[in-house]
Amino acid sequence: MTEIGLGHYLTLGAIIFTIGVIGIFLNRKNLIVILMSIELLLLAVNINLVSFSIFLNDLSGQIFTFFILTVAAAEAAIGLAIIVVYYRNSGTILVEEIDKLKG
Amino acid sequence: MENFNFILSEIFISISIMILLLVGVFKKNSSNLVYSLAIIVLVISLGLIFNSHSKDEIYFFKDSYKIDQLSIFMKIITIISGIFVLIASFNYIKSEKIFKIEYGILILCSILGMLVMISAYDLIVFYIGLELQSLALYVLAAFNRNNIKSSEAGLKYFVLSALSSGILLYGCSLIYGYSGTTNFDLIAKNILLTELGNVFGLVFILVGLAFKISAVPFHMWAPDVYEGSPTSVTLFFAIVPKVAALTVIIRFLYVPFVTLIDQWQVIIIFLSLASMIFGAIAAIGQKNLKRLIAYSSIGHMGYALAGLAVGTNSGIQNSIIYICIYLIMNLGIFCCLFTLKRNDKFYDNVEDLSGLSKNHPLISFSFLILLFSLAGIPPLAGFFAKFYIFISVIEESMYFLAIVGLLSSVISAFYYLRIIKIIYFDEATDKFDQVNDLGLKITLCLSTIIILLYFIYPSALIDLVTNINII
Repeated sequence: MTEIGLGHYLTLGAIIFTIGVIGIFLNRKNLIVILMSIELLLLAVNINLVSFSIFLNDLSGQIFTFFILTVAAAEAAIGLAIIVVYYRNSGTILVEEIDKLKG
Repeated sequence: MENFNFILSEIFISISIMILLLVGVFKKNSSNLVYSLAIIVLVISLGLIFNSHSKDEIYFFKDSYKIDQLSIFMKIITIISGIFVLIASFNYIKSEKIFKIEYGILILCSILGMLVMISAYDLIVFYIGLELQSLALYVLAAFNRNNIKSSEAGLKYFVLSALSSGILLYGCSLIYGYSGTTNFDLIAKNILLTELGNVFGLVFILVGLAFKISAVPFHMWAPDVYEGSPTSVTLFFAIVPKVAALTVIIRFLYVPFVTLIDQWQVIIIFLSLASMIFGAIAAIGQKNLKRLIAYSSIGHMGYALAGLAVGTNSGIQNSIIYICIYLIMNLGIFCCLFTLKRNDKFYDNVEDLSGLSKNHPLISFSFLILLFSLAGIPPLAGFFAKFYIFISVIEESMYFLAIVGLLSSVISAFYYLRIIKIIYFDEATDKFDQVNDLGLKITLCLSTIIILLYFIYPSALIDLVTNINII
């Protein structure tokens, strides 16, 4: 069995981060998917920070993670609220139809 | 025991936010009261900063929070522009029917976030300040919630800004991992060029920050958000967060990443060149004034970044002067926009200005001064701002940057002059309403006079800024 080291965790973080970014840019369907992709970005960062903190034997990475978790919750709440406001005005949350502002 | 005198203004603002929320909840119809109290809170916190002025560098909370000349100056600029934004937009908010208690409180929240960002000396503190600022700004952009454009602007700003925060955070995690600490000073000591992770972290952080000041190629949110959100919020977007984000860029570049200067210099020069060129060309075809201002602010950020790219103290100081003059000009332009009101409807298209000079000579004169200054025509303040930047760029013999800057400022002069031509030489349309708002008048006069008479006594600003030595 190979030992699971820092590199593996970082690769996992990088893969999740990439999935999040791709989810935001290639998604043509639903706004909720974008919200989920943003959560993925923050979770990837958390995986990075926690694994660094374990391998460095330093606690501040884990404390940083707690702050990020809190902020992610606030961000999701505000994001959902804005989506609800948008839905009330336009009647749709399809990404393709968000095109009132152009120029 | 730490001396809390120096962070009293932040403490005061955060306590007042809670009190104002309580006032808003328990007192019916208190929008007026809360709004005025918000202005008073800002004035008092300005006084508190002046009161605790100090020449030394002071650290708080285990070196995670720093008070120095840069942070004191930038905090004063942030709070003053916050006060003027609130004063100038009072009537606009009232007649657009978005006058709610939350407005002033959200602006206070985001200003508090900016103050924390400006003083932050640790990745965690910096991140918390940044998020406090952006979360309040998301809500502000979507503040006119019955208007589809405003909610769409909020949505776009939310998605792109959250993406940029995510990218920035990923950079922070890499920097933490490869240098083993979150403190800026210790990062500067531990950072190693040989570790590729550090360079990746630097790039990710710079991309995130470029999003915040809307530098090309990370500018795509700016025109939509500027056009969609209520004009009072656009005014706030256009000036206040840029000051804070620019300060953070200065801090990042010249404290933790100062040893990586060869790596970041190329990136900053690219961002600066691309913003200057794009800001000049893309604004030419715009019909909406707010959109046009968005593109012009992208261009102006390019000039401010050019000052940072040179890596000298005078370059940083000239960037700070540039951002100060830029925000005075933008304040004036938006005050002019607030006066374009007829029968409770505000106009923001370029052709609505047609023949403005016949009916409103004074407003047109302010427009003239401010647009000439934005275009960089001597002897107005905008010329000097660009002049200082070019001097420090040329001193470091970066001629290419200076030449492109000059050329793009010539191109951008075209669309500023086109507006002046429309104001002065086109057919007059109906009269706009008379302006009765004293605060708006004072702000407009003040900004125009400062821009017009800056050349008489330029050392007033320069002397203040020369105290700021980063390197």
